[in-house]
Amino acid sequence: MLTVNNIEVVYSDVILVLRGISLKVEPGQIVALLGANGAGKSTTLKAISGLLLRENGAVTRGSIEFEGRRLDKLPAEEITRLGIAQVLEGRRLFQHLTAEENLLTGSLVRPNNRSEIKESLERVYAYFPPLVKLRHRTAGYLSGGEQQMVAIGRALMARPRLLLLDEPSLGLAPLLVQTIFAMIRQYNHESGVSMLLVEQNAHVALQTAEYAYVMENGRIVLDGPAEQLAQNADIKEFYLGLTAVGERKSYRDVKHYKRRKRWLG
Amino acid sequence: MNWQLLPQFAITGLLNGGPIALMALGIVLVFKSSEVFNFAHGQMLLIGAMAAWWFASPEGMGLPLWAAIIAALAVSVLLGLAIERLTLRPMTGQPLLSIILMTLALGQFLQGLTIFVFGTTQRNFPVIFSVTNPYRITLPLTYNDNPIVVVLRQNLVWSFVIAMICVIVLVLFFQYTRTGLAMRATAENHETAQSVGIRINHVFGISWAIAGVIAAISGILIATASGLDLSLSIVVLAAFPAVLLGGLESIPGAVLGGLIVGLAQGLVGLPNNSFFMGPAAAQAIRNSAEIVPYILLLIVLVIRPDGLFGQKRIERV
Repeated sequence: MLTVNNIEVVYSDVILVLRGISLKVEPGQIVALLGANGAGKSTTLKAISGLLLRENGAVTRGSIEFEGRRLDKLPAEEITRLGIAQVLEGRRLFQHLTAEENLLTGSLVRPNNRSEIKESLERVYAYFPPLVKLRHRTAGYLSGGEQQMVAIGRALMARPRLLLLDEPSLGLAPLLVQTIFAMIRQYNHESGVSMLLVEQNAHVALQTAEYAYVMENGRIVLDGPAEQLAQNADIKEFYLGLTAVGERKSYRDVKHYKRRKRWLG
Repeated sequence: MNWQLLPQFAITGLLNGGPIALMALGIVLVFKSSEVFNFAHGQMLLIGAMAAWWFASPEGMGLPLWAAIIAALAVSVLLGLAIERLTLRPMTGQPLLSIILMTLALGQFLQGLTIFVFGTTQRNFPVIFSVTNPYRITLPLTYNDNPIVVVLRQNLVWSFVIAMICVIVLVLFFQYTRTGLAMRATAENHETAQSVGIRINHVFGISWAIAGVIAAISGILIATASGLDLSLSIVVLAAFPAVLLGGLESIPGAVLGGLIVGLAQGLVGLPNNSFFMGPAAAQAIRNSAEIVPYILLLIVLVIRPDGLFGQKRIERV
């Protein structure tokens, strides 16, 4: 459905940030893109969504295809209109509009059919019951979790076929992260929408996704089915923060750095 | 203080504020959507009014007045769209200041174009509202046992009414239509608007087209009152302080700002107004009523730098 084929991204004509990224999202699949700060996850997402152009970045090599159409030269709004909705990093609501108006902006890409839009709105409220009471509140004054719900709801209002999520867990309490990800899984299950999920929180991302890619320094260093990655010793140590419990660290752990270095190479 | 004439001057000033509010609204509209302060608004006013005159007068097309006004509004829509497409879109991505200065140049260009096409002679704008039958309203007030009567020219009253109708229509448009929602969303953040699939270039085009229509309407309203010549384009100088008073981005602010400016100009015109200063100083101010809104603006901005209704930046901690 979505194929990213060996792309290279350059900012301001000189700064090479992505070096040959390839990934695939199949219909109905949730795919996670993991990595540390500055690994290039968000840039990959922006390359797909077309927002790169606004930041003086460009895809200089490779191609991005969605259902057989090239995306890498299209402006952001046209890509959204093809059926790719996105939840931007840090929520980014229209702060002075109400929660409900924010949701409605998501439906602007659809034909003006009042009853259908109303139905979608009810569906979003069914997924996020707390929003019902907040619908007429100014979005900028909602709490972080509430804003994230509005941001995801707004993307759902477009009835996308592919949903791009950029760090939905950012700045949220752990309990809220669980709630939001449970909802994401549920929506994927019920509507069959494909999702590409960018996350730093590897734990929750690997629980949610079927397949995952790990990025470091603008390259993909590892990929595989999510359960497999969750068992991988390196992933456990570098991303999930797990070591063999109870054992004392010894100088042999210096190897750790060698192993990590091999990744960064 | 001349109490007997105070209501007359206050009400006249307030009503004069209607078209000023409408001009301010046109500027705010463009500013909200594209962050460009449109210095060419006055020339859009002039061209709209000139077009209406040309379509209506026997020297031009000789159409009936209503048809001429509709044709002029159509011309203004095209003008707005053309300005957006030909001058602003190529400037996308340039520093904001360059774009704003470009509108200043555009204003001069349009002024020159008007001279080229229509010449510099003063035109008699067709009479829309009766000049000979002013409204006389007796207020339920007395001064030294004389009832206070306010005399208002018809065009003054109707200009105000039409301006306010335009304002209300626009507010409803923004609040309740999909295009209005797209425009409000774009006004908040271009990138986010694009990410939800709003074609922001279309939104800019629509804003400029609406600004063109508003400019033409205010141009026609002012021309019916004070005749039509090139000086129409500098009438907009009264709207700039109104825009800033209201806080640049606020529609209610622009309207209120326009009314305040009108009121201030009206009150300054009051004869024997000498409660602050000697009669000579009062006379001097009266002769330069144009600067009064700016003095007012200075005072307001010192106290409230965001204007009266400026949008508060929402900051969550």
